[in-house]
Amino acid sequence: MRAYDKLKTVRQSGRPTAAEYIEQLFTDRISLSGDRRFGDDTAIQGGIGFLEGIPVTYIAIEKGKDLNERIQNHFGCPKPEGYRKALRLMKEAEKFHRPVICIVDTQGAYCGAEAEERGQGQAIAENILEMMGLETPTISIVIGEGGSGGALALCTTDYVYMLENACYSVISPEGCASILWKDASKADEAADALQITAQDMKRMGVAETVISEDFKHFKNMCRDIKKQLVGDLQGLMSCSTTKLLSQRYDRFRKYGVYEEGGVVHGALG
Amino acid sequence: MLFSLFEKKVLDCPYCKHQFKEKNSFYICPQCGKYLKMPPRERIRQVVDKDSFQELSGELKSVDFLNFPGYSEKLEKAQEDTGEADAVVCGGAVIGGSPCAVFVMDSRFIMASMGSVVGEKITRVFEYATRHRLPVIGFTASGGARMQEGIISLMQMAKVSAAVQKHASEGNLYISVLTNPTTGGVTASFAMQGDIILAEPGATVGFAGRRVVEQTTRAQLPDNFQSSEFLQEHGFVDKIVSRDELKASLGTILRLHNGVRRQA
Ligand SMILES: [Zn+2]
Repeated sequence: MRAYDKLKTVRQSGRPTAAEYIEQLFTDRISLSGDRRFGDDTAIQGGIGFLEGIPVTYIAIEKGKDLNERIQNHFGCPKPEGYRKALRLMKEAEKFHRPVICIVDTQGAYCGAEAEERGQGQAIAENILEMMGLETPTISIVIGEGGSGGALALCTTDYVYMLENACYSVISPEGCASILWKDASKADEAADALQITAQDMKRMGVAETVISEDFKHFKNMCRDIKKQLVGDLQGLMSCSTTKLLSQRYDRFRKYGVYEEGGVVHGALG
Repeated sequence: MLFSLFEKKVLDCPYCKHQFKEKNSFYICPQCGKYLKMPPRERIRQVVDKDSFQELSGELKSVDFLNFPGYSEKLEKAQEDTGEADAVVCGGAVIGGSPCAVFVMDSRFIMASMGSVVGEKITRVFEYATRHRLPVIGFTASGGARMQEGIISLMQMAKVSAAVQKHASEGNLYISVLTNPTTGGVTASFAMQGDIILAEPGATVGFAGRRVVEQTTRAQLPDNFQSSEFLQEHGFVDKIVSRDELKASLGTILRLHNGVRRQA
């Protein structure tokens, strides 16, 4: 499948949304609301629960199952108050030594006048900054679309998993094509050029794990995700805080390809 | 070209077409008062103490590692037009007697979009400042992430933020100065991470572009939408400082942070 076909696949309704993963992965769930500043953005669902006996905080971008829910959640494009709610839950997780699991599926952060007025850029910036210093393990799973800064705000984690057809991109292929070629219909070419697939991310070191999709056996698929999460969390939880944070620093420090003194630095997997 | 040394440089105002001498103008049009785009080295000349600037990582150059259509040509043209290797100039400096580190983004270079080189240079300047316990002054300008570098350009937001976080966690000061235009991924990362956020008058600062917001929501936006003044009104900018007063303001802020540091 070409990159753009994968993206179209994950954008289709009918695939499990974040809520279904939450239901399978975590038990004894208590959902938590609000950013304590402005309101509650239901595009971001959060709460606490057990992952195989480990208390965790989960934070998920929920696109919505039916049209009503989709409208309610503005199609999974979080507003500033959604990102601030996510940050509040992460800081709470840090305080009580709970690992954080993020589930990501968004075209990008909400685009609108009120989002700009309430500091969409500042909200994302603060999340990224705070997540770099968060003294608890963090893992994110991209289950569909990882759209630009709006996805990054929940993906600056110790590990990133991606479903096999999931995509992660700095800009939508449509946006890229219309800027570069003034022609949004060339999105398929843009998607190839941008290299947005889970396999591209694995190769470039942006994602550690690619998860096979088997929605016919969704329970089994989630059982495998659970196993992977528990294994990775056990490794991360056995690290000292200093080591956890320095590993996270190095994870992001390595990104970049540039020339210096006639030598090209920065490997791409 | 010795002759050019005696030539008086003239600037063209793109807003009102007025022509004026560059000297002592701060690149502010004397007729309409608008702020013109300014080369980073001119910015440095205006704000740092004489002969104090020492450039860091000046040799870094971008690589078209995705073989992205048209990227190599764009880079070449930008390098030719600006005489700079990429879209940011970084270094150590002294402002009003206080040592610090500075970075200045260059909106003439592919809209100061952020790719690996911009991300790496700014990360290094924060790491340098952390090692030497120096404040960082950052002049931001950007059209956003450099899409010709794909996901790696998005990762620069995270990379720089990690370095900002480390610098901050050790009690160091970071002042960001928002200049026209600061948008997209730079707004959603280090532009908004300053302890103190200053802005130039009338600069455009936002996350999503004005036109995108208009097209998506069909909303009527106020004239001052996403201006420095709009951001200050909504609580996201500390102070709007005019160009001719910037050096003095920065010097004062730096002196106000030279207090005794609490021992760990
Ligand atoms: Zn003018």
